Amino acid sequence: MLGLSLREVSAALKQGQVSPMELCQKCLSLIKETKFLNAYITVAEEKALKQAEESEKRYEKGQALGVLDGIPVAVKDNFSTAGIETTCASSMLKGYIPPYNATVVQKLLDQGAVLLGKTNLDEFAMGSGSTDGIFGPVRNPWSYSKQYREKRKQSHHRADEDSNWLITGGSSGGSAAAVSAFTCFAALGSDTGGSTRNPAALCGLVGLKPTYGLVSRYGLIPLVNSMDVPGILTRCVDDAAIVLGVLAGHDPKDSTTTQDPVGPFILPILRDVSKLCIGIPKEYNVPELSSEMQAFWSKAADLFASKGAKVVEVSLPHTSYSIVCYHVLCTAEVASNMARFDGLEYGHRCNVNVSTEAMYAATRREGFNDVVRGRILSGNFFLLRENYDDYFVKAQKVRRLIANDFVKVFNSGVDVLLTPTTLSDAVPYLEFIKEDNRTRSAQDDIFTQSVNMAGLPAVNVPMALSSQGLPVGLQLIGRAFSDQQLLTVAKWFEEQVQFPVIQLQELVDNCPTFSQHEKLGLVSLKR
Amino acid sequence: MWRRTFRATLRAGLGPGATGAVAGAPGARVGSCRFAGSDSEKAAGPSPGGRVSAELIEHLERLALVDFRNREGVARLQAAIEFAGQLRAVDTDGVEPMESVLEDRCLYLRADEVVEGSCAEDLLQNSQQTVEEYFVAPLGNITLPKQSEQHPVLKS
Repeated sequence: MLGLSLREVSAALKQGQVSPMELCQKCLSLIKETKFLNAYITVAEEKALKQAEESEKRYEKGQALGVLDGIPVAVKDNFSTAGIETTCASSMLKGYIPPYNATVVQKLLDQGAVLLGKTNLDEFAMGSGSTDGIFGPVRNPWSYSKQYREKRKQSHHRADEDSNWLITGGSSGGSAAAVSAFTCFAALGSDTGGSTRNPAALCGLVGLKPTYGLVSRYGLIPLVNSMDVPGILTRCVDDAAIVLGVLAGHDPKDSTTTQDPVGPFILPILRDVSKLCIGIPKEYNVPELSSEMQAFWSKAADLFASKGAKVVEVSLPHTSYSIVCYHVLCTAEVASNMARFDGLEYGHRCNVNVSTEAMYAATRREGFNDVVRGRILSGNFFLLRENYDDYFVKAQKVRRLIANDFVKVFNSGVDVLLTPTTLSDAVPYLEFIKEDNRTRSAQDDIFTQSVNMAGLPAVNVPMALSSQGLPVGLQLIGRAFSDQQLLTVAKWFEEQVQFPVIQLQELVDNCPTFSQHEKLGLVSLKR
Repeated sequence: MWRRTFRATLRAGLGPGATGAVAGAPGARVGSCRFAGSDSEKAAGPSPGGRVSAELIEHLERLALVDFRNREGVARLQAAIEFAGQLRAVDTDGVEPMESVLEDRCLYLRADEVVEGSCAEDLLQNSQQTVEEYFVAPLGNITLPKQSEQHPVLKS
């Protein structure tokens, strides 16, 4: 039941095969059993059950609100949720309970979705591993999959005792782990430099970054105002389209949302790709790309070509500067956005009362971790009067060049770009932490951040398992506001590659609340 | 055609661009750019904020109201500045800065009508120190003491 797609489980709810309460309880049990994944920071059990109860009443009356009614979902902990603690995995906001819902959260709730809880992330969404939050790192469920363990010839000891577990990627790692481990059907992440697509790739999920301006950012605790978007993590492309359909659209509370009518995001089945032109950006073939990833990328291009699509090499000449440009713009905007955390109106407040400045300084010293402080200081450096033109304005100019690169390519007849999402499959945590956060981010965001700078839609689609038995995904990038077309191509690709379902049999066997039938249901392929 | 993309790089074994250090630059590579000395700065062109002086550190700490805490913090800033310096190599003559990808559109403005609010109680609840409907802050007219000073200056 928990492995079904949104449409399937929605149908099951309508037909009475399962009730919203049962579904909610199953998910809550599984969350408890998979606690060692550390995917959730807060589990809103009582609230969720209440929502499920209300949904059940609606189904009984035949008044379901839509496809999402009664469906358990999770939300990354940097989205404001009324009455539910929102921490951004930081000491600065520990204990902070927002008095309002983010627009995207409200839209989900208005459709009857059941909010199970808030998921773990890197502190303030800064990072590419979901390892740097105050609640600890998130573990990739694939570390415990049969596919991975068989390749490593692991003996069947208890899953949670394994110390060489893998990272989920970040910064929306908690959301990715939550969906990947079947504890919910969809989760919200945020994407500023790849934070939704990166963990999607490492956890074998569909990770959608919508066009900037399509989905409201109201209530999303901001990192980089000109690049942030709410991201969607699901197990299949169709599900992502359903959620996008609910979330997209103008929000009077977010003036950067488009006023043009959007959607519907119903995906036709693409049967003929001969009119499609796929671009392969040559500058993305960096030496750091693992040979295995390169082979998968090449195979995917071959796949499109073999089915009649036009596949061409394209150039995005400023690619090598995009990570530097992103670094400057990101830290500058972060420096500005983090200024609101002073301990006065919300969040952590220190005990120093000598002066306002002393209080602010001490509060911020206690509240932020090194990563956040580092970015604030760098950002302030780039914004100093003497540096403003040479760094900040320069970066803004380079941003235009990067955005123009994409426009030129799309104007030359390319419909969709095909690139890797990550440099390789998931790495063990112990290896990941050998380098610091900034270095890792610079390495891991390489394929994803230029998309944020140009504001384009992009989606990670899981393709296959690596030689280690771990997921490998590819990124498709479309032109601005072409989210529906992008997802249509993604759906075609997904259908072609038939990515296998994660086999968490062992994990599930340890879970006493599932019947044998249900255990089988969790691992069987729905296709 | 596009298959050249994969073959070419395998043969050459080189990354994109002469500045190449960008793609996946590990921390070690940035550090090896010898930011401590003035040679690399001369080679790369005029460098406005190339080195991190004690004065700069204090200035940034005061502006950001966040401290570096230790040498590692300073080293991190140094590395960040060095990393950002690579932008100098890009020719941006005649290019306008891009502030937003939605620059061709008008921002939406709501009508000036009060439709919600009156939630002072909800907002005050999140603060640690309040008095009636006020957020309480310590005295504001005392500047942050310099690092060299042992005790903050207190006004009577």
